[in-house]
Amino acid sequence: MTAAVRVHGLRYAFNGSVAVSNIDLTVQTGEVFGLLGPNGAGKTTTIRAITALLPVPAGTISIFGLDVTRNRMAVRRLIGYVPQMLSADSDLTGRENVSLFARLFDVPRRQRAARVDEVIDAMGLTEAADRRASTYSGGMVRRLELAQALISMPRLLILDEPTIGLDPLARSGVWERIAAIRRDTGMTVLVTTHYMDEAEQACDRVALMHRGEIRVLGAPEALIADLPEPDGDLDDVFRAHVGDHLDDDRTRGMRDVRASRRTARRLG
Amino acid sequence: MSGRAGAPLDVSADLLAPPGRTGLRMVLSRIGTLCLVELQKLRHDKLDLVTRAAQPALWLLVFGTTFSQLRVIPTDVPYLDYLAPGVLAQSALFVSIFYGIQIMWERDAGVLSKLLVTPTPPAALVIGKAFAAGVRAVLQVLVVVLLAAVLGVGLTANPLRLLLAAGIVVLGSAFFCCLSVIIAGLVLSRDRVVGISQAIVMPLFFASNALYPEELMPAWLRAINLVNPLSYQVDALRGLLIGTPSRLLLDIGVLAGATALAIALATRLVGRLGR
Repeated sequence: MTAAVRVHGLRYAFNGSVAVSNIDLTVQTGEVFGLLGPNGAGKTTTIRAITALLPVPAGTISIFGLDVTRNRMAVRRLIGYVPQMLSADSDLTGRENVSLFARLFDVPRRQRAARVDEVIDAMGLTEAADRRASTYSGGMVRRLELAQALISMPRLLILDEPTIGLDPLARSGVWERIAAIRRDTGMTVLVTTHYMDEAEQACDRVALMHRGEIRVLGAPEALIADLPEPDGDLDDVFRAHVGDHLDDDRTRGMRDVRASRRTARRLG
Repeated sequence: MSGRAGAPLDVSADLLAPPGRTGLRMVLSRIGTLCLVELQKLRHDKLDLVTRAAQPALWLLVFGTTFSQLRVIPTDVPYLDYLAPGVLAQSALFVSIFYGIQIMWERDAGVLSKLLVTPTPPAALVIGKAFAAGVRAVLQVLVVVLLAAVLGVGLTANPLRLLLAAGIVVLGSAFFCCLSVIIAGLVLSRDRVVGISQAIVMPLFFASNALYPEELMPAWLRAINLVNPLSYQVDALRGLLIGTPSRLLLDIGVLAGATALAIALATRLVGRLGR
């Protein structure tokens, strides 16, 4: 079976500072794959390269066998993307937000309205669909963004820190939706998070990133089983492979911090 | 559709990655989509059209009526008639030049990167945004046209001329929208985009034929006026709406050429904004 995502030798630097260093990664079709690590580990840069938002200066990336550099538009038709920031347009209603993406993905006109209703319903937003997104809670905005990403029925759903800044109830709500999508559609899901507990429960396999490199990759239970001490968790796996110390100068870029703060502010 | 929350998604094969549009059909579709979004936003915030009409109203009511009485600016038609197309163009300029700020907001909020991950080439996105700015500007200008009509400005009632004038407003707004996207793509900072936009908007207005005829300008100002797209927009609007002599083909040619160049430059820079 063709891999959903195949990354080989990816390297990316911003102004001479290496953000991602020689990454090799394969996401199998139908699995939930987690890219884990602290802020500044290189997760978002990797995601941005996979979505072709960033050029790929060194290495290759293919999505379902299509090279992202040479087949950018074809690849994007296969992807649904939810960025780290709360990105729904607050000046539009929920329904208008989803309809916008239905049009951008060329969902046929005769199917569009029913399709929009269906994804809004699947995300539990039917009652709020005709309210402006500015009135939504943080969890509702995230579910709205999932609806936007799902409108084209992508084969690969990419979620960049989908639960950042959400309260525990909203976080579990988002993961429940992601689990339901996967159960109903068999869609491949690539997700970044720095919440190890969430990844442990939701992901089939994870890659732990630090300083732009993948330190360890495998199924959470297998990685935990390899720990020398019993009753460990993914936090312990991370400590075992990275240590306790995070470099202050590398862990959070200014823009990254601003984005997180902005998201947190919007969530109140 | 069921009203039940969390209903399973239907993934029939025909919905998986639809083939989609390509080429010109896709560009036209994206333009239509982004214009529709603009109209939807306006529908939710109609007051915006009224509040943005305050400044043009002041130009017409205070500056226009006062200088009509003073008769210090020699024009072939009553000064208020002469001024009205200039104020219309200024109104459209103000709407469109601040699209760079909007795109910076979209960048900071993650909206832009999400749009760029859709099957929408950067050129289609820029053209769509440019024409969306044009649609908003036309609606804004309509408010000013109504005000001008109330003040007794002798505007044409010829529907073809009005339609052409709307086209000129769209073209001019598309240029200034792309200019602001270019600025945003170069400076990559919302504060700087605000500062630069504010710094250039009034010089663009004063260094044009919006307020006074070219013949009254000193040589240096005439040189700036010659390369200022706003002057060509005002000349075309004046010819179409008031009936003064104008170089309509030249005006349209300059505006179309400047817009095409601005779209090309903005397209090259919009990718930087998405990173």
